[in-house]
Amino acid sequence: MAALDQTQVKEGVDQETVDAVREVSTYKYGWDTDIEMEYAPKGVNPDIVRLISDKNEEPEWMTEWRLAAFERWTKMDEPNWAMVHYPKIDFQDQYYYARPKSMEEKPKSLDEVDPKLLATYEKLGIPLKEQMILAGVEGAEDMPAEGRKVAVDAVFDSVSVGTTFQDELAKHGVIFCSISEAIREHPELVKKYLGTVVPVSDNFYATLNSAVFSDGSFVYIPPGVRCPMELSTYFRINAENTGQFERTLIIADKGSYVSYLEGCTAPQRDTAQLHAAVVEIIIEEDAEVKYSTVQNWFPGDENGKGGIYNFVTKRADCRGDRSKVMWTQVETGSAVTWKYPSCILRGDESQGEFYSIAITNNMQQADTGTKMVHLGKNTKSRIVSKGISAGKAQNTYRGLVSMHPKAKDSRNYTQCDSLLIGDKCGAHTVPYIEVRNNSSRVEHEATTSKVDDDQLFYCRQRGMDEEEAVALVVNGFCKDVLQALPMEFAMEAQQLVAISLEGSVG
Amino acid sequence: MLEIKNLHVKLEEEEKQILKGVDLTVEAGKVHAIMGPNGSGKSTLSYVLSGRDGYEVTEGSATLEGADLLEMEPEERAAAGIFLAFQYPVEIPGVGNMTFLRTAVNAQRKARGEEELSAADFLKEVRAKAKSLKIDADMLKRPVNVGFSGGEKKRNEILQMAMLEPKMCILDETDSGLDVDAMKLVAEGVNALRDEGRGFLVITHYQRLLDHIKPDVVHIMADGRIVKTGGPELALEVENNGYADILAEVN
Ligand SMILES: Nc1ncnc2c1ncn2[C@@H]1O[C@H](COP(=O)(O)OP(=O)(O)OP(=O)(O)O)[C@@H](O)[C@H]1O
Ligand SMILES: [Mg+2]
Repeated sequence: MAALDQTQVKEGVDQETVDAVREVSTYKYGWDTDIEMEYAPKGVNPDIVRLISDKNEEPEWMTEWRLAAFERWTKMDEPNWAMVHYPKIDFQDQYYYARPKSMEEKPKSLDEVDPKLLATYEKLGIPLKEQMILAGVEGAEDMPAEGRKVAVDAVFDSVSVGTTFQDELAKHGVIFCSISEAIREHPELVKKYLGTVVPVSDNFYATLNSAVFSDGSFVYIPPGVRCPMELSTYFRINAENTGQFERTLIIADKGSYVSYLEGCTAPQRDTAQLHAAVVEIIIEEDAEVKYSTVQNWFPGDENGKGGIYNFVTKRADCRGDRSKVMWTQVETGSAVTWKYPSCILRGDESQGEFYSIAITNNMQQADTGTKMVHLGKNTKSRIVSKGISAGKAQNTYRGLVSMHPKAKDSRNYTQCDSLLIGDKCGAHTVPYIEVRNNSSRVEHEATTSKVDDDQLFYCRQRGMDEEEAVALVVNGFCKDVLQALPMEFAMEAQQLVAISLEGSVG
Repeated sequence: MLEIKNLHVKLEEEEKQILKGVDLTVEAGKVHAIMGPNGSGKSTLSYVLSGRDGYEVTEGSATLEGADLLEMEPEERAAAGIFLAFQYPVEIPGVGNMTFLRTAVNAQRKARGEEELSAADFLKEVRAKAKSLKIDADMLKRPVNVGFSGGEKKRNEILQMAMLEPKMCILDETDSGLDVDAMKLVAEGVNALRDEGRGFLVITHYQRLLDHIKPDVVHIMADGRIVKTGGPELALEVENNGYADILAEVN
């Protein structure tokens, strides 16, 4: 697969990452930033919806769109079909809007940004140059970048606090900004595409998101443009009892290409926090989008206290012929994950790929997978899912492959591997397959295995300690997916694999 | 260097005694060979020395330079200098051979409080050592032992040994499955490592290997004990007459 060949995990990378990991004993991102916050009152109702819309200085059509979504949401029931269990969420006991006070007056330039925010970026591992740009350092944009450039949008609780490299991107006609800015500055694009992939009424969480989303990222790549750098968004939930509802909209116009990275962290809290994002991707003729996520929300402690409840709707619509999308996700965090990045293969010869690593440890629960909906002729999809469970965690792969009558000569290949560490955890595979024409082919392979004692002993005989040995073996198990990630993320992901499995053996 | 005294070992899960009082001392700089019928406990001895799970030591001791091996975790024994070339090397899918080696080398260095090897130095060393064992670049990149032929796996074990420079090398039937040329390569690899400070325990069924790696001492193991010890001529005797005479003699 061509997409796969372009990215390569650097040989020898594992050692550095494993070492970095050793220095970190628990959830690395579990610090909390002491920044003065401004909150909307708790709960959700039409007034709160209006307030969010107002804070974002939105036009009337947007406010109406939100209110209609809210109206629908009040009539919907929370879904309960996933293999996850959690205490009932009181949707009125959450804050729906929080932002750093320093953002109350939108900074005219980035040097008005609270220094504590910048310290946060540093801990998030945002590259130095981007930090400087986010901090508004004079001339930082023109400095030679060390290595590859990555444009960053950082979303802190409810608001985007800054986007880097906007000018350079603009030269290529690329728009990369917060969605609230896009609603103000590019209403024609937002109106045309928002809600066309994930309709307002799609599901309980998506509908709630449509009503109360506070911010997120917006990307538009014009026809024929290969985006000159990786685009990335860092999401962080900092405020307590605050839901984060971000909304991402990515449009790849005809013949364009973009690689987009999403990173997420949240501080350690003993109350659960809600995260319900919506990501919509539109891919026109001959365009290609790669969307990579490393999700590392706080997973809760060993006893299942706290953590993020992650209910996410992500969907890509391959509208044009020969369009391509590739989802790659590394899910290591969250107490509860409910997430099925999906591909609608509408254009003829369009292609969807889904590569996933989901790691659950301790009391974590993940119900994740993908939907490949084949509508166009000669469409292809490929699913590679690696589920790793340790502790008492439960890990479910749920996947739908659907071949519609018109999707003649289409193909799907699904490979779904589960790895168990210890004997108190569980792995489940729930494939749904519908084939409604007789020229299409669906292949499904699934395996479940345990971390092999002989492998661990072999590693330990060579000098690695038990955790290092487990991390090495698990990273090997995930190799097919790690290879699909851009290199920076592959390294981070390897580290995360090791961190999230700490304490899972012995 | 390695001192094993009256070692009794049973299986953890069942009442099966496998080693019934092994006494064996390997001095630094010496090569000891162990021969013995199938099932006599040779591999078990190598596993117990390196710390594999599943065995219970009921009596006796094993020390390396005076340090009690039986108290240590497998990785501590490795860092102390124990190396086992496995009779059946294990496959680790998805983990590059080079990555594995580098992780192992640096883990041991770190455990001993030494500096890690830089990527450049490491590469240089691996390439040189791989070359002398006729291991090509492709094999270094491939996942550990996955799809390796029997002989390639054994050469790979010797490469690991050469990189880790252990004090006490235990080779469990490293010669089995090797063609004549590979056997020579492996023997050369071992001979290159022979020095004053290093001991070898070479488990084998065949005199062939011992033609190339000249042992100082040969032991015969039977039913969980060392039943006879002698010089290189003992291996020749086994080669010519089998174990029957020796076993009859000790009974
Ligand atoms: N985990 C185990 N479970 C059951 N039996 C075992 C186990 N490990 C070893 N044994 C038994 O202990 C005895 C010694 O085995 P070991 O592998 O040490 O022999 P060996 O001398 O290395 O033989 P070979 O020359 O065939 O390699 C055998 O009878 C074997 O079946
Ligand atoms: Mg054996």
